[in-house]
Amino acid sequence: MTPATLLRGLSALLLCQAAGELLARALHWPLPGPVVGMLLLVALLNWAPLRATVAPVADGVLAHLSLLFVPVGVGVMVHLGLIAQHGPRMLLALVLSTWVGLAVTALVLRALLPSVQPNVHPNAQPEAPP
Amino acid sequence: MTDFVQLWVYLSATPLFGLTATLATYALADAASRRLGQPPWANPVLWTVLLLGTLLTLSGTPYPTYFSGAQFIHFLLGPAVVALGWPLWQRRQQLRQRGLALLLAALAGGLAAAASAVLIGAALGLPGDVLRSLAPKSVTAPVAMGIAEQLGGVPALAAAMAVLTGLVGAVSGGYLLDALRLRQPEVRGFALGTVSHGIGAARAMQVHPEAGAYAGLALGLQVLLSALLLPWLAPLLLRLL
Repeated sequence: MTPATLLRGLSALLLCQAAGELLARALHWPLPGPVVGMLLLVALLNWAPLRATVAPVADGVLAHLSLLFVPVGVGVMVHLGLIAQHGPRMLLALVLSTWVGLAVTALVLRALLPSVQPNVHPNAQPEAPP
Repeated sequence: MTDFVQLWVYLSATPLFGLTATLATYALADAASRRLGQPPWANPVLWTVLLLGTLLTLSGTPYPTYFSGAQFIHFLLGPAVVALGWPLWQRRQQLRQRGLALLLAALAGGLAAAASAVLIGAALGLPGDVLRSLAPKSVTAPVAMGIAEQLGGVPALAAAMAVLTGLVGAVSGGYLLDALRLRQPEVRGFALGTVSHGIGAARAMQVHPEAGAYAGLALGLQVLLSALLLPWLAPLLLRLL
């Protein structure tokens, strides 16, 4: 990745985000600007020169995606008082519904994608003998 | 000693502190997680948040002071969501073929997560405004705040619920999916992105590129579906209770 790639790639991402914000606001879409920007980027990536500059920068940003959630996460921990009021009950509802959602999504998708090869997941445990 | 205290007082009040602390702590947590073979419980976000939260509490640093530096990292969430378009573009053919299946799974999973949160919360006797803040918890935090406000919930609480849901999914989701014998990376990634938005997607990205791409798509779809459907589905559900 040349220094120019970094500059251009980051600029392209920011321009897509800005265009997304503008579109979403102008057309009163209920979507956040970055999501509209993401859809714009998918359309624009058909242009090969843009692809060459965006790809390495996008890969770099996405490799550390989880870092970007740290500031919000710290805010949650510092404001635990809000949660403590209804504490355990709220956490129970939160954890259980997260599992329900995960299981439903995954089971529905697996049922609808019968053609998928049983690709073995690197973190999955080996299949037990029948 | 007083020199040191003065230096600390000065440094901890500048943006440099929040930014440095966030990056350095995360780098440490990430290195530890890699050394341990990246098991779900060694999630670097979880441990960075716990360490930094403890540091702020012990040093009596107010959150706005920390955020004045951390905002530079927080800001990159926007371009990062845009960047998710790249793994999507790479799989555009496959996604077009599977579009309907993915849409239905996102719809079913998103509804199941929101409805079960409201129903379980109601069964446990949580008040209405808390239930309204729980409903959008599977959407990325800034959007969840907007939806909660529309529903008459508490935006700050909704943001906290969304972040916690992300962490719970990222940390425990792998074990649950293993127990259900769901092994395809695309199925696992899509489920994580649907329910645990960006934090789940970040976990999926760490495990498998295919899982990461599907998680990115799921996160976008969930924002779309929740923003469109929750404002009228959640009041309906709450009225039935």
